Amino acid sequence: MIPAAFDYVRATSLDDALARLAADDGAKVIAGGQSILPLMKLRLARPETLVDIGRLTELQGVRRLPDGRVAVGALTTYAAMIADPILGHYGLLRDALPNIGDTQVRNRGTIGGAIAHADPASDMPAILLALDAEVVARSATAERTIPITSFFEGAFDSALRPGEIITEIRLPGGRDDVGSAYSAIEQPASGYSIAGVAAVIGARSGDRWGLCAVGVTGVGEHPYRATAVEQAIRGGASVADAATHATDGITVASDIHADREYRTHVAAVQVRRALEAAAARLG
Amino acid sequence: MAAHLSVTVNGTVREADVEPRRLLVQLIREDFDLTGTHVGCDTSQCGACTVHVDGKAVKSCTMLAVQADGSDVTTIEGMASAEGLHPLQTAFWEHHGLQCGFCTPGMIMTAAALLASNPDPTDDEIRHAIAGNFCRCTGYQNIVIAIRAAAAAMRAGSTAGAAS
Repeated sequence: MIPAAFDYVRATSLDDALARLAADDGAKVIAGGQSILPLMKLRLARPETLVDIGRLTELQGVRRLPDGRVAVGALTTYAAMIADPILGHYGLLRDALPNIGDTQVRNRGTIGGAIAHADPASDMPAILLALDAEVVARSATAERTIPITSFFEGAFDSALRPGEIITEIRLPGGRDDVGSAYSAIEQPASGYSIAGVAAVIGARSGDRWGLCAVGVTGVGEHPYRATAVEQAIRGGASVADAATHATDGITVASDIHADREYRTHVAAVQVRRALEAAAARLG
Repeated sequence: MAAHLSVTVNGTVREADVEPRRLLVQLIREDFDLTGTHVGCDTSQCGACTVHVDGKAVKSCTMLAVQADGSDVTTIEGMASAEGLHPLQTAFWEHHGLQCGFCTPGMIMTAAALLASNPDPTDDEIRHAIAGNFCRCTGYQNIVIAIRAAAAAMRAGSTAGAAS
């Protein structure tokens, strides 16, 4: 399979890339290419110009911000994230990252590309939702911060505007009184999640959890926060009872791999497992 | 609009003028006539096209040739040396790690990248590393055995080298 013809420019800097995007409505960004190249080979995507940002070192790597939060450069690959000592403190990342894609895909695929692609069954969106991450996006004229909870708008559709490039993803710094975990059931051939759940739980006071955040992927039209589960947990419900609310208010997807009834069931199972594993990490 | 690129392939600088849409695997197979790198699924699933770009295993069907401009690329043809086959090639041969052989070049390139970072992997680590390489003949068992044997041979070789 061969992509439709396009013009190619290798950006020399982020500003160069943004200027080229601003000047060309038919331009798309390529980084690791693990999402856009398969689409182009199937000719589901036919950009007139590809702006290659893959070599912009300014968008690579993980650093701690002065306020204690952690910034992950948009071009940081899955393989680099796995090897990063700061990200190694996040239980849900330790669970999820080694099972995203495969060795070769993790060597090329980037965190920014993954969320810009906004695949409804991708793992990283659920993780970033549970972490209450922020997405920093820049255009030729402005920079803005998008809360992850308002980033995913539909299948393969995000709040990112034409001309914008994701520059980094900001995560909250680790807390000793919070545990996190990721649990998923995957479609074996593709590896994409039928139901993938990221859970963050902590700040326990008496018999109540003060903090609970649950991100779900593969289940709805786009990755979402299971707010009904979170409210139940904070209200004192057991994990098993709270998990029954996994798909409240969600139009559950149905396909040849998992019909609606089955997917609804496994979503609740994965919510329970993720919450139990997150709580167990608190010791 | 052709793009000029220069890639070091198996230690030799090669140049080409290619369309931007040319895939790395096409550059390797069709422009450089190195047909040991195979195209299996052509959809980033099967790993038969795996090569190393700057030391990292990648699926060359899912990378543009222009993205490899200036890079160091190693293909299966670059594994054997004047002294003979690479230990992985020998181990696949001795342990019956292939039947039809179609997946073998990609399998060996992925295994070589694994052993470069983890010289003594467990069977689970081997299986995890080759999860992106499909073999439809062997059932994988002999591939795992072969990679384990190659790892042992390479450790023994490096120890011998250090002692001499």
